[in-house]
Amino acid sequence: MKSDKKKGAKDISESGKVNPKQPASHAGHHVGQKPEWANGLRRLYDSVVEEPLPDSFKALLSRLDDKSR
Amino acid sequence: MSESARTPGEKADFKRELTEVIPHLRAFARGLCGRPDMADDLVQEAMMKAWAAQDRFEPGTSMRAWTFVILRNAYLTDMRRNRFRGEYDENVAERILTAPAGQEEPIHLADLHRALLTLPPERREALLLVGAGGFSYEEAASICGCAVGTIKSRVGRARATLSSMMEDGNIPRRSTEDASAHRAILQELDMVAGGNGLASKTR
Repeated sequence: MKSDKKKGAKDISESGKVNPKQPASHAGHHVGQKPEWANGLRRLYDSVVEEPLPDSFKALLSRLDDKSR
Repeated sequence: MSESARTPGEKADFKRELTEVIPHLRAFARGLCGRPDMADDLVQEAMMKAWAAQDRFEPGTSMRAWTFVILRNAYLTDMRRNRFRGEYDENVAERILTAPAGQEEPIHLADLHRALLTLPPERREALLLVGAGGFSYEEAASICGCAVGTIKSRVGRARATLSSMMEDGNIPRRSTEDASAHRAILQELDMVAGGNGLASKTR
């Protein structure tokens, strides 16, 4: 018998956060009331900000000094 | 030439401040163009331009805002030269953009980024500046060289578009679809670059 699909299908986002599919607030998005993905936008940005700086940037910074005649 | 030359101390300050904003430049650039490697190239280009133009920086003002203008102009120039062909590598984005392991996001960041990249460039940058970079509408307006009301309207439209994309799950999946979006972007860019905004840092 093939009784698959026993687990794994439904355990998304148990963090208790709001699921984007839920019609939380279709009302107009004011400045004060941000859509749910707004936080994600910030996270996208911050995730890059928090990355360690690649060596190429350090190299560039030290080259800048040489160039300043 | 007759500009006030910078003292070594001022140059050191400039360099320190420039170094501090690099992570922000990288984040802004990555939001503007999808490819992390190209974004970094763009940032390096902007850094060299900023360094060369450092006499025009007014100490005490926002280095982040000042360098964002330079980055933005470099991006627009490169876009017009068709350097970014919308080659958006989903796998790269997936790897780079997802949250650290163990942190499941209710919204997939890669989806959000892809949706973001389909926005017209002025709306995308306005949203990036205000919604991600935390600039005020006034600061964003000054960076883009346009009126505050224009920024507000661009942010509003960008939010509305992204909201409906995220809610309907209607996000372009493949780069083929991005291609048409990208053509539209390039057309709009011609308008943007043609007159408004761009390099109008006259005040």
